[in-house]
Amino acid sequence: MLTKGEARHLEKMAWVIRRNIIEMISGGKVGHLGGSCSVAEILSVLYFHRMKGLDGNNPKNPERDRIIFSKGHAVLAQYAALVELGYFPREEMKKLKTLGGLLQGHPDMKTPGIEAVTGSLGQGLSVASGMALGLRLDGSKSKVFAVLGDGELAEGQIWEAVMSSADYKLGNLCAFVDKNSVQATGATKDIFPIEDIPGRFRSFGWNVIEIDGHDVCQVEDAIEKADETKDRPTVIIALTVKGKGFPFAEGKAAYHNAGISEDEYKEALAIVGGKLKEYEDA
Amino acid sequence: MHKESLRKAYGDTLVELGKIDERVVALEADLGKSTMSNLFGAEFPSRYFQMGIAEQNMISTAAGLALVGKRPFASTFAVFASGRPYDQIRSSVAIANLPVVICGSSAGLSDYGDGKTHQSVDDIAIMRVLPHMTVLSPCDAVETRKMMHAVLKHDGPVYIRINRNDLPVLTKEEGEYRIGEMSLMRDGKDAVCFATGVMVSKALEAAEMLEKEGVSLRVVNVSSIKPIDVEALRKYSSDVKAIVTAEEHSVIGGLGSAVLEALAPYGVKLGMVGMEDTYGRSAENYDVLMEYYHLTKEEIASRVKTMLEA
Repeated sequence: MLTKGEARHLEKMAWVIRRNIIEMISGGKVGHLGGSCSVAEILSVLYFHRMKGLDGNNPKNPERDRIIFSKGHAVLAQYAALVELGYFPREEMKKLKTLGGLLQGHPDMKTPGIEAVTGSLGQGLSVASGMALGLRLDGSKSKVFAVLGDGELAEGQIWEAVMSSADYKLGNLCAFVDKNSVQATGATKDIFPIEDIPGRFRSFGWNVIEIDGHDVCQVEDAIEKADETKDRPTVIIALTVKGKGFPFAEGKAAYHNAGISEDEYKEALAIVGGKLKEYEDA
Repeated sequence: MHKESLRKAYGDTLVELGKIDERVVALEADLGKSTMSNLFGAEFPSRYFQMGIAEQNMISTAAGLALVGKRPFASTFAVFASGRPYDQIRSSVAIANLPVVICGSSAGLSDYGDGKTHQSVDDIAIMRVLPHMTVLSPCDAVETRKMMHAVLKHDGPVYIRINRNDLPVLTKEEGEYRIGEMSLMRDGKDAVCFATGVMVSKALEAAEMLEKEGVSLRVVNVSSIKPIDVEALRKYSSDVKAIVTAEEHSVIGGLGSAVLEALAPYGVKLGMVGMEDTYGRSAENYDVLMEYYHLTKEEIASRVKTMLEA
């Protein structure tokens, strides 16, 4: 459980993540704003509180916990957190998706702190599962986290990995489903509805926890419950809002992967600035 | 000629590698009795991951194992090891340049009875096009064993193509296998045949046939299709009058294409023996199927003569 002070700090860091995302896609760039903002609180808790062994000066520390973004298009949120942990210089943010830059459009292992190549949807849970198998074989205490999109659950390979992770009783694997209910071209319920996500995971033998994905206390409590479950993997189904934090983008498929106008940029900066000031004043 | 099983050599050597290197793990998609990865499973049950009939998950899981320092060998039939999980190989494994070894077993037409869905005549092409990927195709059991030791030392993804049937032992136990090298199996001065896999033995038989007709054929075993040794290709082809390739694979994108791509800047002409833009089919035995698709010593010999006359 988080103390009040910890919770406030992690809420603030979620807004720092959002600020960095906005900065990266300013100046006419296109980026996956929606799905990056929906995972801000989840990543804030993981990167700034929960994951062990993270070290910007030693990204390959063998004792570290791992995180795999199966929904690789939301990598902006990862960059936004990694830069705060010193994995690469802030100047790289401006060079996002440029020939001379370090930060690719989707996760690439040349970027310090990125653990796997993802972006072609449906593969990250399998990769995370393989890592969890290997770490367990070594007697490692490291945990593997995976972040999946709800639209991504249409990929058949996800369910192959759901089955094998349960078969191999991977208690060291914890997946998040960022259930923002909107995918690239519309609402998930209209594009390809996947009913009863908790029931589906439960029927495959997973420990299932449902939370409000924008509540840092619920995120932390869910991870603690996952830690207590040693005999099977845990999925934390996090109800979120796509584009969370920015009214012009919230819940809109149009901001799945889009540029923002100068006015929207100013509005976003004002919102973030206001939020960060609130936390600093408190 | 003494024949030996390449897949038995694969399974046996996998066990050997498991003994000398505890990072070695194996994954299988329910065909371990055929690929013989089950030998590893019997010896190292905790390091053997039966992934069920789910090849895509198997490949990405292998990537995850490699990411935490393991040396995964993922085996299944060549069609299901290459085409089925192509994007998993591309994205999870090859872009990341991970040391995952993918064993495409029962390759080519060697699973003669099962027909076109189970016969891989395109796996070299689709593996070869991937940057970072190494593509190996041993001609016999001895070469398979040596190759396995070499891939363990290789720091990147490897695809190994294994024939289902016992094949003549052509190579020697001595010496190490080096990825990227090709080997001279028989020298000759009129023409050269660059062959791979089962076609190496057919090329050697073709050379015997041609010798009686006064044609001297050099035979080179190109078991490392990617990387391919361009200097060696030039060395073996520059002093002869005709070049032929032979593979149990489509002529589109396979060994013939690789040789042609490498030698095209030098203006060479090439005859290709292989599958002509077609799928396989069921047959009562391997030999009649190879004859049906003209993957024979006679075809090689005839192509050599055609190229010499051209």
